[in-house]
Amino acid sequence: MCGPQIKISEANYRFIKDVCASFNNNPGELINVLHKTQEHFGYLPEEVQQVVADCLGIPVGRVYGVVSFYSFFTMKPKGKYAISVCLGTACYVKGAEKILDALKSELKIKEGEVTPDGKFSIDVLRCVGACGLAPVMTINGKTYGRLVPEKIKGILAEYAD
Amino acid sequence: MDLIKLTIDNREVEVPRGTTILKAAQQMGINIPTLCNFELDGLALKNHPGGCRVCVVEVVGRRNLAPACITECMPDMVVKTNSLRAINARKTVLELMLSDHPNDCLQCPKSGKCELQTIAADMGIREIPYKGQMSQYKKEMSPSIVRDANKCIMCRRCESVCHEYQSVGAIGAVERGFPAVVSTAFGEPLINTNCVFCGQCVAVCPTGALSEVDHTGRILRDIANPDVKTCVQVAPAVRVALGEEFGMPAGSIVTGKIAAALKAIGFDYVFDTDWSADLTIMEEGTEAIGRFKALLSGDKNVKIPIMTSCCPAWVNFYEKFYPELSEYPSTAKSPQQMFGATVKSYFAEKVGIPREKLISVSVMPCVAKKYECERDEFKVNGDPDVNYSITTRELARLIKICNIDFANLPEAEFDSPLGASTGAAVIFGATGGVMEAALRTAYEVITGKTLPKIDFEEVRGLDGIREATIPIPDVVDLKVAVVYGLKNARVIMEQIKAGNCPYHFVEVMACPGGCIDGAGQPYHHGDASIVKARHAAIYKADREMPLRKSHENPEIQAIYKEFYGQPCGEKSHHLLHTHYFDKKIKFDLEK
Repeated sequence: MCGPQIKISEANYRFIKDVCASFNNNPGELINVLHKTQEHFGYLPEEVQQVVADCLGIPVGRVYGVVSFYSFFTMKPKGKYAISVCLGTACYVKGAEKILDALKSELKIKEGEVTPDGKFSIDVLRCVGACGLAPVMTINGKTYGRLVPEKIKGILAEYAD
Repeated sequence: MDLIKLTIDNREVEVPRGTTILKAAQQMGINIPTLCNFELDGLALKNHPGGCRVCVVEVVGRRNLAPACITECMPDMVVKTNSLRAINARKTVLELMLSDHPNDCLQCPKSGKCELQTIAADMGIREIPYKGQMSQYKKEMSPSIVRDANKCIMCRRCESVCHEYQSVGAIGAVERGFPAVVSTAFGEPLINTNCVFCGQCVAVCPTGALSEVDHTGRILRDIANPDVKTCVQVAPAVRVALGEEFGMPAGSIVTGKIAAALKAIGFDYVFDTDWSADLTIMEEGTEAIGRFKALLSGDKNVKIPIMTSCCPAWVNFYEKFYPELSEYPSTAKSPQQMFGATVKSYFAEKVGIPREKLISVSVMPCVAKKYECERDEFKVNGDPDVNYSITTRELARLIKICNIDFANLPEAEFDSPLGASTGAAVIFGATGGVMEAALRTAYEVITGKTLPKIDFEEVRGLDGIREATIPIPDVVDLKVAVVYGLKNARVIMEQIKAGNCPYHFVEVMACPGGCIDGAGQPYHHGDASIVKARHAAIYKADREMPLRKSHENPEIQAIYKEFYGQPCGEKSHHLLHTHYFDKKIKFDLEK
């Protein structure tokens, strides 16, 4: 009888080890480590969290506790084009929910999901700091402001590759 | 000491600076209710997140209500613990908690022992005005522990013991807002995590969110089954705690009543784990002496310190966290498993019952023992040496189910030949007891002389890490350490890893104060005086025994003559020793 085996590619394992080492394997840097790791992988699957826990010498439950607590971290892969809809106060009163509904019906997925072809994903967040442009969404970091539901189809068409 | 004066509920009080309002009020006989706040005074177990807000009080001049458990007293502070505002706020907090709590108190394993239930009753909660979403988690069973997250109130006591006290970290808070709950990583079943099944989470949980796996029904069915015979063993710590479940004062020694109750319940053979504790000393002591002799003769490869291996949570701990050091602990099985191996071989043969027709049950102060008896290496052709284990609390329920008036029950004796024991065995129930029992025997075996003083006071006590030097004349000054709490055990393991561990012999128990506060014992609800009374009772029971050294137990001497041959001999090695597994998480790297 032996302990659990965690499968991960050697390259990914090395990458995470290096990230942790760059923060001196300091458990106090957990959030920074997770940011760097998510930047690279796009998300934080279980095996990635296991390696982080191992390198920082903390229980994996602690890592998962942080990942599940902060909405910025995700355990689901994102689409090639990651759409984030702002539901902050200003965007919300300017009709952000209608924008979200338009995206959902256009892409036939819910927030937190990825289209079956892996192309688009929808997430919601609270305020991107562009309240003057409300309602706002971003696609891979590019900001689209003063949105109305009718514009959505056209914007998505820009990504028809 | 810097003393400050303040007023609580119109009465003046003087307390040292730094005292919380809660503690100051307690001194005055004012009992502010608490839920998340938990402390086992002097036993290193605590949780003070100030999170549940059940203890809020009014501080005159302060805008918000103050949580009494984490708010320090200030000079001239005026506190009202029972103002209408404080009472209403406390009620609202409780009502909100109960609005997402299953209303199944009658069927709940914690019913009657639940702190949430008690506070709701004391506060006179009669309806829950808030109707909203309810948590919908699935109940999870492991070999030892049942988790029902729907009953979790996020007090996080379990998280504190798991992370800070045991340094295991199997469960903790996840998610945020309404879905926030105490869970394993990724919601995995406990068995797939690094949980060691110590069960201290169960011992401190104020509600029914964490409880032990219940085998009382199984016992009743087995006793009623005419095709099998049943035998039972009772661990040392059970006899100083069970009385609490029947209104007897903490520290009552009820050994004779337990034997009588088990006979009244209908077990065919009522034996004593103390018998196999004496057997453990013979095996573990002999192994230890062997290692010390090897060390003194210059053997560089001998594994020193030898560590005890009686505590099943500790065994799980080194298999999961330090498999590379698993040659240090003794290979001796725990008393529970030594008993099981003997009863299903020697005893089954003696009375002519096939081993699978002899159901062997143990009563333990422990929930990790439930996991231990399910281990594959403790089975012969699938038949476990110990079929299952119940806790002290389950035994109390069984006694009640069987209509036995425990408090007035005349005492009885354990059956022979696995029932006689010594004082050395009963102290296994307290931290330092295994060490002391081993020293009593090792000293006499090594020196061939009678101990001048039988009590090794230097290894007793309730500090988490204790060390002593025991001179064995003309042989060695034996350096020993006794630890409880796996965080303290981790300290020793790190010393061994670094090559600077100064000890020859180390005893480890996972629970606070050893088995007396095992996770299967009656709930103490943070009252350390209960644990201390059990501790005192263990040593009282030892003093009252006519024989106090394991090697003097006549039934132990007889079984070596009749069956085992000699300690650490071929037969005893086969039946009474075990081996450990590497259960640490491994990364399988793919190219």
